[in-house]
Amino acid sequence: MTAVARPLPARRPSMTGGARQVFEYKAMVYRRVWRGSVFSTFLSPVLFLAAMGIGLGSFVDGGNAIASLGGVPYAVFLAPGLLAAQGMQTAASESTWTIMGGFVWDRTFHGMYATPVSVAGIVFGQLAWVTARLTMVATAFFVVMLAFGFVGSPFGVFGIVASVLTGLAFAAPITAFAAGQKNDSVFSMIFRFFITPLFLFSGTFFPIEQLPLIIRPIAWLTPTFHGVALARGLSLGTLDPLGAVVHLGVLGLYIVIGAACALITFRRSLSR
Amino acid sequence: MTTAQPIAAPASPEFAPDRPGVPEAARESLIRARGLTKKFAEFVAVDAIDFDVAPGESFGFLGPNGAGKTSTMRMIGCVSPITGGVLSVLGMNPAHDAALIKGRIGVVPQQDTLDMELTVRENLIIYGRYFDLSRREAGRRADDLLEFVQLTDRAKSTVESLSGGMKRRLTIARSLVNEPDLLLLDEPTTGLDPQARHLLWDRLYRLKQQGVTLVLTTHYMDEAEQLCDRLVVMDKAHIVAEGSPRELIDQYSTKEVLELRFPVGVLETLGTELDGLAERIERLPDRVLLYADDGEAAAAAAHARGLRPETVLVRRSSLEDVFLRLTGRSLIE
Ligand SMILES: Nc1ncnc2c1ncn2[C@@H]1O[C@H](COP(=O)(O)OP(=O)(O)OP(=O)(O)O)[C@@H](O)[C@H]1O
Ligand SMILES: [Mg+2]
Repeated sequence: MTAVARPLPARRPSMTGGARQVFEYKAMVYRRVWRGSVFSTFLSPVLFLAAMGIGLGSFVDGGNAIASLGGVPYAVFLAPGLLAAQGMQTAASESTWTIMGGFVWDRTFHGMYATPVSVAGIVFGQLAWVTARLTMVATAFFVVMLAFGFVGSPFGVFGIVASVLTGLAFAAPITAFAAGQKNDSVFSMIFRFFITPLFLFSGTFFPIEQLPLIIRPIAWLTPTFHGVALARGLSLGTLDPLGAVVHLGVLGLYIVIGAACALITFRRSLSR
Repeated sequence: MTTAQPIAAPASPEFAPDRPGVPEAARESLIRARGLTKKFAEFVAVDAIDFDVAPGESFGFLGPNGAGKTSTMRMIGCVSPITGGVLSVLGMNPAHDAALIKGRIGVVPQQDTLDMELTVRENLIIYGRYFDLSRREAGRRADDLLEFVQLTDRAKSTVESLSGGMKRRLTIARSLVNEPDLLLLDEPTTGLDPQARHLLWDRLYRLKQQGVTLVLTTHYMDEAEQLCDRLVVMDKAHIVAEGSPRELIDQYSTKEVLELRFPVGVLETLGTELDGLAERIERLPDRVLLYADDGEAAAAAAHARGLRPETVLVRRSSLEDVFLRLTGRSLIE
């Protein structure tokens, strides 16, 4: 034999299992598209708030709706709800095709898993990145809200946190689901049958008290309802502590269970 | 085993063979498998195979589609849990020390896992980061590796725009970013043109000279003959033979092979005319192979019997012949 084994590394693998590097990878990819993304990040709240808040709002406010909206103009009622619901939309689009692609298209997750980066590192790096994206999008949204004068109270700024948590409550379980998919047609179904109905019926555009009694409990189970209620309660200054605890608890539960499922599905797809 | 000096300076600056902390087992054999088994549900993809890979050698798995080569490589690479048997890599157990093992190996998977959205250089840098290299060090190594695989002028291209051969070269460069002790190459040159293959072989040969242990799978005999000191022939989840290319040919084939091609239809009519002309005769759909130590003599004997093939070719035995002998099938159908 002509050669020898070289020494084993002195350094143990990093504590975070490489989550930081996975985050860095996502940021590296994002850097290539950020210019276009920044534009749409601001454009979308401007369009929504202008059309729904000002356009639809002046129509609604002319009638006798203000009472059921808690005595505020429709735009001020709507804006924090949209802020939270936007988190759901962002999370869903960041956690479907890109996740599946990392397993079956360019297989970058398999590439990571061949290195010291662990399954947990990949999952938490990915979720950390989605958190960063959600923060960017929600902050932009809040800035536009502020510019339009649609923020009801100084606590409204915490609507950014509500939006991020709402987003994560979707990102974690959708990421877990997407990791097991071999075909992307299911994702457009997610948008059609989950995201869009939740956007419309979870209290974003009108109080869920307007819904028939039998479907109201369904709304209570969705993260969107709790995220919207949290953001709105903060913005309008109507949030009671018990409500806040319930809303945060439900969102937290979705995040924790979703992340746990993602650890399982990622492991199943990577380690066969 | 006593350790001799490597031919060239090893890639790692911390090279110190007798350093305490290197498990004794890893100095003896870098990979050790006993009864190694992989099942997918009930299906047995790797059936209780035994092999050892010594430090510094280059070791090959030769076998047809579905033989279990990739399944074996994935177990060695710690991305596929073993179903049965014993496996140690670099003296460690993949079930417990996956991250440590992965930190010291380089992997060229059968299917590329390059990031299509990033540039060539960015792909190398981010991969270096996965091994916890500083950004600066990753950048330095990326530039060296681009030089090594002759992709420097494509550093800023996106991976999407590279040819198949260039992507493969980039994957090999990427697998070296952590200066691995052990390189796992799963069909490194499948689908490449001869020029690209020769370039890759040359790069792999240099790595071998630097003391890197290579483990590769292939279904090209010439690749196995070029690169492997020792190889195992795999078929249907089993190892059916083991040795150096020369040993395998000596053991399972004759020195020479006489290939006879007959006009369409004639082959089927041949009965006993060929008997006794060679030690062993293989009838393939399009030709007959006669295994004899003296091919010319066998050709003359065939001529004397009145056989008039369309073409007559005498060549040296290759691993292809070994494979045919062992499995009754060609490597590439
Ligand atoms: N994830 C899996 N699930 C089920 N069966 C699998 C899986 N991976 C591989 N197999 C089966 O195991 C067997 C061995 O596959 P493997 O990929 O190891 O073969 P191989 O020797 O690498 O073949 P090739 O030359 O085509 O790459 C095949 O029959 C394959 O279908
Ligand atoms: Mg294979």
